[in-house]
Amino acid sequence: MATVPVGTALPTASPHPDRALDTRPSVRRRRWSRRRAANAVYWGACAAALAGVAAPVVWVLAGVVNSGLRDWHWSVLTTQTVGTGGGLLNAIAGTLVIVVGVAVIVGIVGIAGGIYLAEFCPEGRGGLLRGGSEILSGAPSIVLGYVGYVTLVVRFHWGFSLAAALAVLSVMVVPYVVKATEVSLRSVPTAYRDGSEALGMPSGYALRRVVLRPALPGIVTGLIVAMAIAVGETAPLLYTAGWSNNLPTAHLFHAPIAYLTYPVWTFYNQPYASAHRLAAVAALLLVVLALLMIVVSRIIVAVTQRHSETSSAPH
Amino acid sequence: MTVPVASPGRPVPPAPDGRGPSGPRWDAAPGVIRPRHDTEGMVRWGTRLAALLPGAALVGLAVALLIEALPAIRGNGFGFFTRTTWDPGNFYNPPVVVNGVARPDGASYGAFPLIVGTLASSTIAMVIAVPVAFGTAMIVVHKLPRRLSNTVGMLLEMLAGIPSVVFGLWAALTLGPFLAHHVSPFISRTMPDVPVLRFFKGPVGSGEGLLTSGLVLAVMVVPIIASTTRDLLRQVPRGTQEGAVALGMTDLEVVRSVSIPWVRTGVIGACVLGLGRALGETMAVAMASGTVLGTVPRNVYSTFGSMAGVIVSQLDSALTDATGFAVETLAYLGLVLLAMSLLANIGARLLVRRASTTALPVGRGI
Repeated sequence: MATVPVGTALPTASPHPDRALDTRPSVRRRRWSRRRAANAVYWGACAAALAGVAAPVVWVLAGVVNSGLRDWHWSVLTTQTVGTGGGLLNAIAGTLVIVVGVAVIVGIVGIAGGIYLAEFCPEGRGGLLRGGSEILSGAPSIVLGYVGYVTLVVRFHWGFSLAAALAVLSVMVVPYVVKATEVSLRSVPTAYRDGSEALGMPSGYALRRVVLRPALPGIVTGLIVAMAIAVGETAPLLYTAGWSNNLPTAHLFHAPIAYLTYPVWTFYNQPYASAHRLAAVAALLLVVLALLMIVVSRIIVAVTQRHSETSSAPH
Repeated sequence: MTVPVASPGRPVPPAPDGRGPSGPRWDAAPGVIRPRHDTEGMVRWGTRLAALLPGAALVGLAVALLIEALPAIRGNGFGFFTRTTWDPGNFYNPPVVVNGVARPDGASYGAFPLIVGTLASSTIAMVIAVPVAFGTAMIVVHKLPRRLSNTVGMLLEMLAGIPSVVFGLWAALTLGPFLAHHVSPFISRTMPDVPVLRFFKGPVGSGEGLLTSGLVLAVMVVPIIASTTRDLLRQVPRGTQEGAVALGMTDLEVVRSVSIPWVRTGVIGACVLGLGRALGETMAVAMASGTVLGTVPRNVYSTFGSMAGVIVSQLDSALTDATGFAVETLAYLGLVLLAMSLLANIGARLLVRRASTTALPVGRGI
């Protein structure tokens, strides 16, 4: 350990360490007030930044709710689209079918992938798999949609169909579930695994009954986030799902399916009042659906956190 | 490995979930050493397959796009990056063959204006989003009480969760006209005629353009940067900060000499990640940019086209090109876009992996 000779000047934050610090009281006071002013300006700028984040949220939500409610009509929920008018029943049903389908696919593939990365993958060997999944989440959505169109719809002859939409959307949101699963499993204490191993449980059983339980809220949250994103996507669906005025059918292939983002993108600049009305209402429904899912995921997190706190507190 | 023996008289201990003995039990037959079924191998291989899928999808995506784009790469050449024309040609004349690829007579494609438009709108977005996100993270970590900072966290999540097409609608119908009527004329009048600021002068247009797109992109990118920065700032060692305060530093000086050096690399990574998202954003820009082809934007109010926005809005009409050249050209454009956003993503993650314990968020950062 280096010793500092007595009398050596301590390092200071001064920009000119060679220049002696002016210590006259008037200068010190002036310097101090300048530093305090800079500090106040800094916090003021930070508060302005916070307002800059909050304002657009309020503005967007207020605008969407306002125009959506102005054009609201209960028949929107019960009738199907006709041309650029009518209702949105087909789109609502289609979006629900698509989201449930995506949740099933992503729930299987994503959770299994996350389990592998957290539990079975040798330390330091999963970098490529993990990186591939994370980088996939950065691929532009329209590129996914384009490739889905060119390969699935055209080359594989699936046509505009539920299957093509599900494939493209699942690829798009699977990284969220992989990541959420891996992170939640890694936060489960190793003692759980050691304990079940010591009790002689086969590791598959231990995983299912012991390790997966505490990780479940995190995994479900990731799944809900993935569903919220699937609800709001447009670009991957435009050229894979197509659009249909009818309710979803049981056909996976060659049957176009409606979804809520289509009317927003296609109808908003058409010269008909009915089209604008549908676009505004569809936007409102989209925001409500997406925010509902986010709120549900927050509630899951809050409830499980409270439970884990009470169970670990001494009584 | 042996199975623990439960004597017949003893009550069976409850299962780990506390619900008592139910379901398939691993100690079903007391006293019998049960052969351990090799389900583990199956689980391991099944999950491994699932873990491979996302990476495989990424490779498949790039390969499919490359195959589709090959004729366009041959046909357009590297002049694609410097030409400013976007002319699908005359579909009624017989197609001509250039560089071994059939195309409609007179077709000529150049991506230069689109690349400029994409980079310019993303630059505006980053210039606005980075300080706003940093300031928000700072005030959340250092000033706000716990409950309020949770509220801000929820605001960020909502911002990340609002569908991009809704942002597009807002930008096209509300933000754009608002800027064009109330803000842009004032800025355009008062800006001095000096380099860089010169781009803020000139006709303000109708509200669709670079500024509107840049602002809406900034709003969409802020959650990624702000939430990562917040998590990083929470890891700055408390002792070091308190030591700095004890030396008599103001908050600003603590931030500059302790916090920023500690979080710098991670924040840069988050910014690059946000840039990748801004480059690839499709719907909001397609609705807020005006999506014009073949013109380089002249000032920050000009309408422009972005690469992603042009793919989504032109694919329909490109399908009418019987030679397929227009669709292949869009694939070329998509390939360039994919390369740009993946490079940003890979770069950000490599940077952060080397330097920080906080991992970058996936996708939109929620």
